[in-house]
Amino acid sequence: MKISDIQKLTDARIVAGHSFSERNVKKAFSSDLMSDVLTLDEEDILLITGLANIQLLRTAEMADIHVVLLARNKKASPEMIQLAEENRIVLLETPFSIFRASGVLFSSGIQPLY
Amino acid sequence: MELVFEIKGGDFTHAGKASSKIKKVLKQLNVDAKMIKRIVIAVYEAEVNVVAHAHNGVLRTIIGNDSIEVVIKDEGPGIENVEKAMEAGFSTASKAVREMGFGAGMGLPNIQKNADELEITSEINKGTMVRFKNYF
Ligand SMILES: Nc1ncnc2c1ncn2[C@@H]1O[C@H](COP(=O)(O)OP(=O)(O)O)[C@@H](O)[C@H]1O
Ligand SMILES: [Mg+2]
Repeated sequence: MKISDIQKLTDARIVAGHSFSERNVKKAFSSDLMSDVLTLDEEDILLITGLANIQLLRTAEMADIHVVLLARNKKASPEMIQLAEENRIVLLETPFSIFRASGVLFSSGIQPLY
Repeated sequence: MELVFEIKGGDFTHAGKASSKIKKVLKQLNVDAKMIKRIVIAVYEAEVNVVAHAHNGVLRTIIGNDSIEVVIKDEGPGIENVEKAMEAGFSTASKAVREMGFGAGMGLPNIQKNADELEITSEINKGTMVRFKNYF
């Protein structure tokens, strides 16, 4: 699924990495626990989270994750946006809860990791 | 090539600077992407441990033609029982650390998983040394 479709399905706003919105994502993982995200063996997944801090972007950088969806109106700080841009990470903000965003994307064909 | 970084305890905004720099260097050296990921995840969890559990630390890495060695030495409380600390789920992390997305006792096991060789030594009330090596 294209990131632009993820954006539409979750009423999201792209706040960093606008130029990569045609990238494709097949699988997603939802978590607030960065240590858990760092155990994933797959790359290029969508990460859905309620954790809005710098460590989220560091974790995405180290784990080779290039799309992050912030749930429930969590706002990305200017530092987070800067780090996302530096690492070519697409950062989105959705008003949906993690549960709703995950549900909508799952039923539209995004696959789970586990 | 040798790189040295200082890590300040409690300073979560800077955790990940060393891993980020090391990642860029390894990319330039054309190290395999999966191997880079293993290395930088181990470095990052080790950095986070200094920030979360110690007062300050120094990370030194030597990058050779076919391997990388990373040594993180900190001044801090030390680890009472290293074997126990290595168990998945064991954690003494504060609420503040858990709010940052860490503190689930998964860091050391994940360093173990991603490192080819790992050695941890620690002295109570002095500090901890984590050393690991990976072969490209
Ligand atoms: N550098 C360190 N200094 C002191 N204690 C540490 C250090 N690294 C790890 N520890 C101890 O080992 C435990 C387990 O570490 P880890 O597996 O990374 O989990 P977490 O950091 O999430 O608690 C920590 O909770 C802490 O008690
Ligand atoms: Mg840890």
